[in-house]
Amino acid sequence: MPNNDRDAVITGIGIASCLGTGVEAHWAALTDPAGFKPVVDSDSFAPAMVHPIAALDLDKQIPKRGDQRQMEAWQRIGVFAAGLALDSAGIKGNADLLGKMGMIVAAGGGERDYAVDEAILSGLPKAADQGAYLNEHLLSDVRPTLFLAQLSNLLAGNISIVHGVVGWSRTFMGEEACGADAVRIACARIAAGQGDLTLVGGSYNAQRPDVVLHYEMGGASAAPPFAGIWARQAQGGGLVLGSLGCFLVIESRAHAQARGATILAKIASVRTDRCRREPGQATHNAFTQFHAMAQHLDQDTCAVISGASGLAAPTQEEAVWLEELGLPVRAVATALGHCLEPTFPASLALAALAVRHGKLFNPLDPAETVMDRPLRQALVTGWGHWRGEALALVTAP
Amino acid sequence: MRSDTDHLGRPVVVITGMGVITSLGQGQAENWAALTGGRSGIRQITRFPTTNMRTTIAGTVDFIPVPDMSAPALSERLAELVIAEAIAESGLGSGGDFPGPLFLALPPVELEWPQRQALALASGANESVHYDDLRKAARAGGFEANYRRFLFGSVGESLADRFGTKGSPIATSTACASGGTAIQLGVEAIRRGEAEAALVVGTDASVNAESIIRFSLLSALSTRNDPPSGASRPFSKDREGFVMAEGAGALVLETLAHARARGATVLGVVEGCGEAADGFHRTRSSPDGKPIIACMKHALEDAGLAPDAIGYINAHGTGTPENDKMEWVGVTAVFGERAASIPISSNKSMIGHTLTAAGAVEAIFTVLALKHGLLPPTINYETPDPALPVDCVPNKARAAKVGHAISNSFGFGGQNVCLVIGGEA
Repeated sequence: MPNNDRDAVITGIGIASCLGTGVEAHWAALTDPAGFKPVVDSDSFAPAMVHPIAALDLDKQIPKRGDQRQMEAWQRIGVFAAGLALDSAGIKGNADLLGKMGMIVAAGGGERDYAVDEAILSGLPKAADQGAYLNEHLLSDVRPTLFLAQLSNLLAGNISIVHGVVGWSRTFMGEEACGADAVRIACARIAAGQGDLTLVGGSYNAQRPDVVLHYEMGGASAAPPFAGIWARQAQGGGLVLGSLGCFLVIESRAHAQARGATILAKIASVRTDRCRREPGQATHNAFTQFHAMAQHLDQDTCAVISGASGLAAPTQEEAVWLEELGLPVRAVATALGHCLEPTFPASLALAALAVRHGKLFNPLDPAETVMDRPLRQALVTGWGHWRGEALALVTAP
Repeated sequence: MRSDTDHLGRPVVVITGMGVITSLGQGQAENWAALTGGRSGIRQITRFPTTNMRTTIAGTVDFIPVPDMSAPALSERLAELVIAEAIAESGLGSGGDFPGPLFLALPPVELEWPQRQALALASGANESVHYDDLRKAARAGGFEANYRRFLFGSVGESLADRFGTKGSPIATSTACASGGTAIQLGVEAIRRGEAEAALVVGTDASVNAESIIRFSLLSALSTRNDPPSGASRPFSKDREGFVMAEGAGALVLETLAHARARGATVLGVVEGCGEAADGFHRTRSSPDGKPIIACMKHALEDAGLAPDAIGYINAHGTGTPENDKMEWVGVTAVFGERAASIPISSNKSMIGHTLTAAGAVEAIFTVLALKHGLLPPTINYETPDPALPVDCVPNKARAAKVGHAISNSFGFGGQNVCLVIGGEA
């Protein structure tokens, strides 16, 4: 019998999205007998649509009001989800474990003061000396501590402060790919004995004019009315951004067993790569990744949790590849929205939930089919909307 | 002769190529001459108007032109140049085919004022400009290049394309510890056996009006603008803040066995890496110095060395009242009675704080110090702080034969990294 002590297993999941907070709320929304109903805000950023974050009872995870005030929404969502993950793993408040727990956070940047930006942009053209005007207003109008809500590594910093995760801390940046690499490196460290206990994940606030603007500059925003990831392709595809926080506690099997933790699922394999996205290159990467983990695959009990963004070219290329695999598919961005950095951890979370329940949740899009037979595995795809291809296989413990 | 494996049986990781740019100049030779000559690269900012600013100086890199100037554009260009220098020196992975992964320490990326103003102009909004107007202009088209440039992944992807590194590039930010984190990520990947070599680069070219003002609003910057060369005063009693600066450093890491097999010259050894996070405060260290102490201790344990083996400390040494005090608390806790007699110098007295790049840039200077047997000074050391009885190699470089050194990096947000660097393979 092979020694499986260094398996990377999931012992905690914390997730908050438009579907609610916590794994139970997500499972309930995804398995609603009446069928899946998307949660979409089509008005606030029209014509762009966003999946808004559910109401968060912040006091439950960020007890000090002062801490809440020091953060902007993307950090509050992330620190909240990290707290849920630590609760779920039974680690919350355990100073010994938190003191050696490391974290890899996948993060972009934080919110700006939009009113200050707008006032400066309005005043600049009329200013006699534009440079002096900009400096004067940034100095006098920007809240001094806003910087600390903007820096990418300050989501991790706030998790250290609020939850006490202080073993080690790294922040990866770079849209979808960094979320997948965070998981890959956490698992590789466990396999190599470089650590036993890691908090991995990130957060995204889609309800910000600057991020909506960013994807509009790229011509990447989906046009209304709302449609699922696959159905959307008939109207040109595109992104519908979603607010989300998701963290996983990833642990070595031996460590989880020694402390009597419940193992929710195992990450049997996770691989990431990149290419220039010339036609067929992403598919080539995906096949290479798939063949590297094919030995663990059980075709009859497996489904695909796809992280397809909705953007036309990569989504349609992935659809062709998935067609060849012939497995039932759920593109979870239909439900969560596309959430950039934490997308891959969130896809893994839903895969682990499905594995835990032994069944695949409802179709989210007319193109997706019901899976009646039991599910014991899930392949998780993570193709970035621009760059990066990732694949993981999540199995029963 | 050093064994191919370390005290824990892991492959020894060595440095076989380095490249560096700071406000002192381009390349190892130019930088080392200026650094050991006690020259400052801090100057008056000319890149943008500084009217109304409290701080008007920085260690900018103004001698590398880029089209469509922005922080990610110049950061990427500096990274390209230092990587090219490092690869040329190591002789590994030239011709756009580097045989290992890329670890990149990168400042956070976001749209800047010139791009925002261009959108506002294109929107045609007159009296009052709102984000809705910018978005309308964006939807009308013509801003795709901004979208691409200001993706967080764009710098790493572009470097991966250019240098042919393998796999998904990792861009990391642990604030002022980022360069150290990138080196540690590379060392760990090699120790895991994922690759025989890794390319590590830290780069930061984010001096613009808003970034200076953000640090100013946190009261972190020196306001001693005249003369600029006197502003950065680590360990002095009259230190009052750091000086923001730009720069980049690249290192080719590979296993000692791999370097030997191809006959490469070993410049230095990354013997150990340590880190610890601080949960005390967003900008301040735990008053007991516990995380700083832990990260130095972890690095020494990782290297399998006792504190007595360390002959030089390349300090984080930012020149803020808080940092230098806490670094001294940490050093005394780890090194005990020897603390006051170990040379501890701060490169930042001359090059300023290169922020994201600092850990990589200063690791390179640490390697050069061991290689040349010459410790760079801490300049502007005129008024010793009686609370910090450090031997900071005041004002003049000092010849010293050192076998092992540490390089410290402590970040905003409580992320701390310490590297142990050995000189001889």
